[in-house]
Amino acid sequence: MNPAIKINGIHKNFGSLHALKGIDLTIEQGEFFALLGPNGAGKSTLISILAGLIKPSSGDISVMGFDVVNQYQQARQLLGVVPQELVFDPFFNVREMLRFQAGYFGRGPENDAWVDEILEGLGLADKANTNMRKLSGGMKRRALIAQALAHKPAVIVLDEPTAGVDVELRQMLWQFIKKLNIEGHTIILTTHYLEEAEALCSRVGMMKQGEIVALDSTANLLNKFAGKKLRLTLGGVALPASLQSLLRSQDNGIFTFALSDMEQIEFVLSALRAANIKVLDMHLSEADLEDVFLSLVGKAS
Amino acid sequence: MNNVKESNSANISTSFSGTGFRGPWTLLKKELLRFWRVAFQTVAAPVITALLYLLIFAHVLAGHVQVYNGVPYTEFLIPGLIMMSVLQNAFANSSSSLIQSKVMGNLVFVLLTPLTHFQFFVAFLCAAIIRGLVVGLCIYLVAMWFVDIHIANPLLVFAFALLGSALLGTFGIIAGIWADRFDQMAAFQNFIIMPLSFLSGVFYSIHSLPSFWQKLSQLNPFFYMIDGFRYGFFGKGDVSPLTSLCIVGLSFLVLAMITLKMLKSGYKLRA
Repeated sequence: MNPAIKINGIHKNFGSLHALKGIDLTIEQGEFFALLGPNGAGKSTLISILAGLIKPSSGDISVMGFDVVNQYQQARQLLGVVPQELVFDPFFNVREMLRFQAGYFGRGPENDAWVDEILEGLGLADKANTNMRKLSGGMKRRALIAQALAHKPAVIVLDEPTAGVDVELRQMLWQFIKKLNIEGHTIILTTHYLEEAEALCSRVGMMKQGEIVALDSTANLLNKFAGKKLRLTLGGVALPASLQSLLRSQDNGIFTFALSDMEQIEFVLSALRAANIKVLDMHLSEADLEDVFLSLVGKAS
Repeated sequence: MNNVKESNSANISTSFSGTGFRGPWTLLKKELLRFWRVAFQTVAAPVITALLYLLIFAHVLAGHVQVYNGVPYTEFLIPGLIMMSVLQNAFANSSSSLIQSKVMGNLVFVLLTPLTHFQFFVAFLCAAIIRGLVVGLCIYLVAMWFVDIHIANPLLVFAFALLGSALLGTFGIIAGIWADRFDQMAAFQNFIIMPLSFLSGVFYSIHSLPSFWQKLSQLNPFFYMIDGFRYGFFGKGDVSPLTSLCIVGLSFLVLAMITLKMLKSGYKLRA
């Protein structure tokens, strides 16, 4: 089975800016994959190359085995990309836009039931005959997502689909996208909301300055970079030197430690006891992707 | 073509046999609806403009301008005005659609599709031709109320209207791809399209001009489109209609080739 996406040594230069520095990445069919990274990491550039909107300086990408440059028709037929910018065509209503979009991909009236399903799934049904211009920002975002799905692509790429979107839409969107994923669609998501990636995606790639700096299953990444988070309220004290390496952050007498396992808790507490520091409050929690993200890219960005 | 295995789910298609006829037809339909939705601005307005030209110029210049023997000035003016409107509107259709889509950012919806550069070209071209012909036909129908117009050779009239709108529709695509902002497009309109169409013999026969200006007019492709179109009405013109047809046809082919090359390379559309 061909992978959904195969990226081979992609480089992209914009003048003197080396935006992508040799990206290699394979995403299998049926995956729910998150691509994370700070602004300017190169996520959108990579997606634009995948979608054929930007030409790579070198390297190649294929979608289900079809090269996005040499076999662009087949590749684009299998790909649905939700652009990051909130763009719309002011001449038409939502249903017309979806029919046009499906039509560009060769789909006709037989596709109407699917269009209805998208409208329903994204909460656009009662706006189907409303002109794009008259939609609110959130509704425009839904329509934008709907347009990318209109031809029922096997691989769906969502570039920051929930930027500036209310909670209701976020939940509705993820419910619908999860359903598509269960039905066999491959989903690739870029987001700034790490908790979304953590809740939805089975695998995560993190980008920084045009390179992939981490690529693993969500669970492995969480385990590898930080198992537990221990937050202690100690007041204005000087921390023993032996604990500095575990310290993640310090704010107003509250110290947060990143621990790889439970045994380290005892180590921290005994060190504090030895230094005669009293623990005023204690909070233990699982590490989240944000911790991984910060430990990989946060300090530099 | 690679053999792609069907995905787990039966309703996700991973096979592909091109968008067929439906892809480009959908784009054409969208382009037609785009101008038809605002027909007041895209069809009615140019018809009114042409009629104002007709009324004012016919009133002021009738009897003052020497045109072909036996052809009254008002009658002479009508084919020129029709053709000028056909050309300007064909240009306006493709150029304004593209610049708007670029500025609004919604051209991305078309760029993400499997449509080939040739299909893209044909859809925008046909929409421009149809807008040009619709405007031309409307002016003709309205002008019939004022003046009795006889068409000597309808086929020639149609051939020039078709080729002329195709040429300007193609030019509009080039302008739409090249321009990044509305003011650049306005410069195209004001510094190229308007002068060329006004100095093409719409309002006069070039035989009435001093020889220098006659020679200069013969370098203007608009002159051949207007003259050939008018030849279809009266059976006479400033040059042979065959010469005009060749020049217009050749110009179209050259511009079409440039346009296809631009579209294929992704010039200004795909970074």
